[in-house]
Amino acid sequence: MLITIKYFGQIAEVTQKEEESLEFSGALVSELIEQLYEKYTLLKNKDFKVAQNQELATLETLISGNDIALLPPFAGG
Amino acid sequence: MADKKIKNVFRQGAISSEFIGNSIAKHQTKTSIGAHNIFLGQVRADVIENKTVSAIEYTAYEDMANAKFHDIREAAFEKFELTCMHIYHSLGTVNAGEICLFVFVSSPRRKVVFKALEFIVEAIKADVPVFGKEIFEDESHQWKVNS
Repeated sequence: MLITIKYFGQIAEVTQKEEESLEFSGALVSELIEQLYEKYTLLKNKDFKVAQNQELATLETLISGNDIALLPPFAGG
Repeated sequence: MADKKIKNVFRQGAISSEFIGNSIAKHQTKTSIGAHNIFLGQVRADVIENKTVSAIEYTAYEDMANAKFHDIREAAFEKFELTCMHIYHSLGTVNAGEICLFVFVSSPRRKVVFKALEFIVEAIKADVPVFGKEIFEDESHQWKVNS
């Protein structure tokens, strides 16, 4: 399935882009993270959460292909 | 009184004292209010390894952030007897000493506004995907993390 991922803050610094579409054959967030670690080795050193449909996901969340985002630590206020 | 429509909380750049003053003035017609409480987040010139923070550049996952601000709003109206509340957060560059977050709550009575304001500000810090790049005077940077 083709999924679109958004990157923010220091994560976008690592990926050098704010958004991309990529082919994902797995099912879970944990598998997506593994795939991204392979593509962007430096991501392994970064702290981030994954959001899907604008809600935080867990490692076991099923990827539906919609609105995926990698979020570094929050710093509002 | 909760507003169902998702508002855009973000403002480009610092939040001016004129804007804050005008917000206060606008509430003079709402005479059921007996107490306001205001939180102003200000960019701190932290010194880290001998380098001073001169500004923070804010970015956000805006759609999710506005949805989270909306959830916080709804939760606050549910939990506290509020007449109204307003939240504004900066995007882009805010210099040290300038205001980046303005939270304004109003209620008929004072005790509610103290509790409500703390609840709202803590929720913003914990739940809203806003990111801050701390720019040093020598133009290097590091990423801010809420503690």
